[in-house]
Amino acid sequence: MKGNEVIAEAAIRCGCDAYFGYPITPQSEVMETLMAHRPWEESGMVVLQAESEIASIHMVYGAAGSGKRVMTSSSSPGISLMAEGISYMAGAELPCVIVNVQRGGPGLGTIQPSQADYNQATKGGGHGDYSLIVLAPASVQEMHDFVVLGFELAFKYRTPVMILADGVIGQLMEKVELIEQRPRWTNEQITEISGSWATVGKLASRKKHIITSLELDSSIMEQNNIRLQEKYTLIRSKEVRYEAIDCDDAEYIMVAFGSAARICQKTVQITRKKGIKVGLIRPITLFPFPEEIIADYATKVKGFLSVEFNAGQMVNDIRLAANGKTKVEYFGRMGGIVPNPNEVAEALEQKLIRG
Amino acid sequence: MPEVAQKINEIIKPENLVYAKSPVLNDDIMHYCPGCSHGVVHRLIAEVIDEMGIQEQTIGVSPVGCAVFAYNYIDIDWQEAAHGRAPAVATGIKRVMPEKYVFTYQGDGDLAAIGTAETFHAVNRGENIVMIFINNAIYGMTGGQMAPTTLIGQVTATTPNGRDVDLNGYPLRITELLAQLPGAAYVTRQSVQNPAAVRKAKKAIRKAFEIQSMKKGTAFVEVVSTCSSGWKLNPVESNKWMEENMFPQYPLGDLKDGSRADAGLYRIKG
Repeated sequence: MKGNEVIAEAAIRCGCDAYFGYPITPQSEVMETLMAHRPWEESGMVVLQAESEIASIHMVYGAAGSGKRVMTSSSSPGISLMAEGISYMAGAELPCVIVNVQRGGPGLGTIQPSQADYNQATKGGGHGDYSLIVLAPASVQEMHDFVVLGFELAFKYRTPVMILADGVIGQLMEKVELIEQRPRWTNEQITEISGSWATVGKLASRKKHIITSLELDSSIMEQNNIRLQEKYTLIRSKEVRYEAIDCDDAEYIMVAFGSAARICQKTVQITRKKGIKVGLIRPITLFPFPEEIIADYATKVKGFLSVEFNAGQMVNDIRLAANGKTKVEYFGRMGGIVPNPNEVAEALEQKLIRG
Repeated sequence: MPEVAQKINEIIKPENLVYAKSPVLNDDIMHYCPGCSHGVVHRLIAEVIDEMGIQEQTIGVSPVGCAVFAYNYIDIDWQEAAHGRAPAVATGIKRVMPEKYVFTYQGDGDLAAIGTAETFHAVNRGENIVMIFINNAIYGMTGGQMAPTTLIGQVTATTPNGRDVDLNGYPLRITELLAQLPGAAYVTRQSVQNPAAVRKAKKAIRKAFEIQSMKKGTAFVEVVSTCSSGWKLNPVESNKWMEENMFPQYPLGDLKDGSRADAGLYRIKG
């Protein structure tokens, strides 16, 4: 199945309650697949095409207020339009899953794959001090798994979760193991999970619930910010996920996420055949970033190479984690160009070994 | 004065009660300026919710603007929306909980400027929600700037020489436009400057909530309102100014009252 189609399949199967979206290449198959399945007839899942990405994310904001599982998907320019709404959701502490199948920018850019939204995704993206949990799938299977995981994390921490994919993974066709159909949450389950905050109608037995990010009293607003930051600290300590490939004996380590990591796996094989001991760290969570493993290897290896489909964004997080202990270089292509494994191998030798 | 206090106490008896504040409206002191229409419209909404017995089933969506704090006063569950996005937020709420009552409460800048797209498309989809539109022809909260509904020649903080058509275009009669959409079930324009108008406005709001339960489409109630602070007039002068200047541009009355009988025309057959 195609990566984008699997997003839709996983959404239906994990019991998602609603999807709101707006067409944009290269992820339009998500909503097309949902519409073709007509899940509202089977599970009652709502699927609605909005008038814009702005409307989509605010429909998500509204629907998420009910304590139900709600999601949207888009691609880079559409995510920019959603930035305000995502900030509101982080501020109001509403759970949701947002899929960004990245394309090349800036501006209208290109419809070809890119990872140029790394900074936008991992540093919040909208206004104010907030972070998203950011999951970076490197396979169609992970597109599926991260929808399920994304909802788990979104509700565990009451925060928006972003699946930061790219045009390669979105359009890639691979075998995938789908979960069995799970029922949508019942009202009783929703009450148990979200009953303390969801706006579902004020019962006489409780005080009204207000979902808002507004607080004009600065002393209270600072406390709200402190609470958010404590949540992100907890997420940093509990939810780091990464994959380390051939790192045990490595002298050089590439760091790459998403489809760039797929290319780098091949580069590991190519360079190891030449007798160069190269490993790969693939961050699965981009926020929280796997700082500890990078810091750990920084004292063991001769250098890191960050491989990205952008002008060098994640490389800054690697530099912070390495903290000057070893060399950190960047190699990447931009504007929708995907490098080949030999190109990466050449860059690695040039920048880390010969350079 | 003890005899006065005694007389008052003689009057305050349950059997003499002719009107009481709805318990759906709480006791918090409103932050609105003297002469502002928001407080009256809040009260009417609270009374309608109370009288229909739907307090436990109603979710309000408050806007950005003076009424952002509507959630402080009406004792129901609320979601506060980003500027202009209330119709999208209400769409999301209503779609996942179609059995609930959902309404937006928006000002002219929110509904007719920054949120025009969300307003039009929510009504065009015939979302089964109520939209309350407070039109006072000015941005109150930010300090009295020009609104899309500001009258020609009206002085505001951003039209210090009066609204100039060449520069700013025309006052937007968005309610007339919305009435054209097949998704709109009920579109009306009301006001609350005297008891007769308040009674009519309450009837309109009640009807709007009743239409929501019939799932006939969007029910839209504009309330032509005053902003004494923004207009720099006292409350009495504000009412007079509104009647003389706003009503000719925004005439009161029902613009549409019916079900979506024509919705079928837009479907491709077969």
